[in-house]
Amino acid sequence: MPRDNDLHLTDEEQAMLAGEAGPAVRKAMEIVTALAKIYGARHLVPVESAQVAGVSYKNLGDAGLQFLQEWADEGARVRVPAFLNPAGMDLQRWRELGIPEEFARFQMAVIAAFTRMGIAPSLTCTPYYVGLRPALGSHVAWSESSAVSFANSVLGARTNREGGPSALAAAIAGRTGAYGLHLDENRRATHIIEVRASVRSTADIGALGALAGELVRDGVPYFRGLDLRWTRRPEEALKALGAAMAASGAVGLYHVEGITPEAGLSDILPAGIPRFTIHDLSAGYQKLNGPLEEVDLVSLGCPHASLEELDEIARFLAGKQVRTRLWITTARQVREEAERAGIVAQIEAAGGQVVADTCVIVAPMELLSVRSLATNSAKAALYARSHSGLETRFGTTEQCLEAALTGRWR
Amino acid sequence: MAQELVFHGRIIKAGSAEGKALVSPTPISFLGGVDPDSGVIIEPGHPLEGTSAAGRILVFPTGKGSTVGSYTIYRMAKNGTAPAGIICAQSETIVAVGAIIAGIPMVDRIPIEQIATGDWVRIQDGTVYVRKSSAEPEKG
Repeated sequence: MPRDNDLHLTDEEQAMLAGEAGPAVRKAMEIVTALAKIYGARHLVPVESAQVAGVSYKNLGDAGLQFLQEWADEGARVRVPAFLNPAGMDLQRWRELGIPEEFARFQMAVIAAFTRMGIAPSLTCTPYYVGLRPALGSHVAWSESSAVSFANSVLGARTNREGGPSALAAAIAGRTGAYGLHLDENRRATHIIEVRASVRSTADIGALGALAGELVRDGVPYFRGLDLRWTRRPEEALKALGAAMAASGAVGLYHVEGITPEAGLSDILPAGIPRFTIHDLSAGYQKLNGPLEEVDLVSLGCPHASLEELDEIARFLAGKQVRTRLWITTARQVREEAERAGIVAQIEAAGGQVVADTCVIVAPMELLSVRSLATNSAKAALYARSHSGLETRFGTTEQCLEAALTGRWR
Repeated sequence: MAQELVFHGRIIKAGSAEGKALVSPTPISFLGGVDPDSGVIIEPGHPLEGTSAAGRILVFPTGKGSTVGSYTIYRMAKNGTAPAGIICAQSETIVAVGAIIAGIPMVDRIPIEQIATGDWVRIQDGTVYVRKSSAEPEKG
């Protein structure tokens, strides 16, 4: 007997899997049920939204593009609101950024295939800045690792770390398997991280996350002693913490005592879990910094910048002129808000660029003759090295902007 | 006399396929580990390095590596260099999604140590029929 009986499907789900809703839905259900079986789900759960990674042509290649076009041709349409992760370029200003014509053509074909499926080309890793904030306890299927961490940890929604195709399949099927972080028992802490180090900036938070992610790998850390009263925008600090841990480890959910919504649940801290104490952050800073002195590109906005972050950068740059390239990456919609508020004009007057729809991790940096990068993002520092072979400097937003003004890291 | 073994596993991608087994004792990474234009395993130091998986029933413990590997499997199918079927001890996301989008029959939870390179293998949904090769196993 085939041992498929562990996963129970409703009559409607059986019909979808049998192809009664067409080949595109069948394929989506095949992916959803295969993963559900692999990870031991007993049933599926409806999802309220999807966030689909695997959008940049740099990562998809011809095979990925062909697959998306074929699925769209078969009639694939999303059943729930679905949002795209950043693409490989700013869709409007790619020429200015030096993106080759051929890359742009393939990238636009990718976006067209997704659009035919009914997916919003929001092109951001921060869908929570453009109106998608799932409620506490709601089930979603998100895939970009920092967005997954934010949805689970800060909003208390429930998602696994989906891959691009699996998040897309969940959007087309409207469901995902009830396993992993969808279940209460897997949302409990697996490690306690006692923070004794002084944490006073988003860079400190990133260094902390880089260390914690390495310690807990794919576990669920519970932070104790992490004080966020130094910032008026604690959500941005949490965004940076989650992004760092998702890059240095594979953390999809964390809790911060007194701050995140599930940290206070009575059974969140099982007895006897391992405990680590972090006394200082220098090892984290060391991991993210190379010996680099001259900087080609200063990159802020990983994950995508909020309107408030853009405003802060614009104020810093008032009356100044940058010497390096300066990219601040953000969602198209946030860029438009910043444009209306005059923030984009201020940054551009100083020689910086507010880049929408993309980021330094998924853009083809190897085609843009960038060799070295300074950033305030632990995630960008980690991935710029491993994905794009760039030298990196990592520090506070102010240090990065100073480097943009002088061309040198201090 | 050829001996036939029958195993019942778990369907990852339904369908039927048959061919000569190509067995890897170690996990396979499709992104970077397999050349999609030839179907040849190219991961340096891999036990199957230099062997083509095209048209074979590819048998291995589990997948590893980047999630983009799913698209490599899809591309192999488009190029005609994909394995005819896939059998794993324990499936993971990358190969499962790859097999589904490429339309390659796949089954897991099979005692793969009982299959040798050169055996004739038929997959019918969740059931695997293995006709043992009387010859010495091919060098893989």
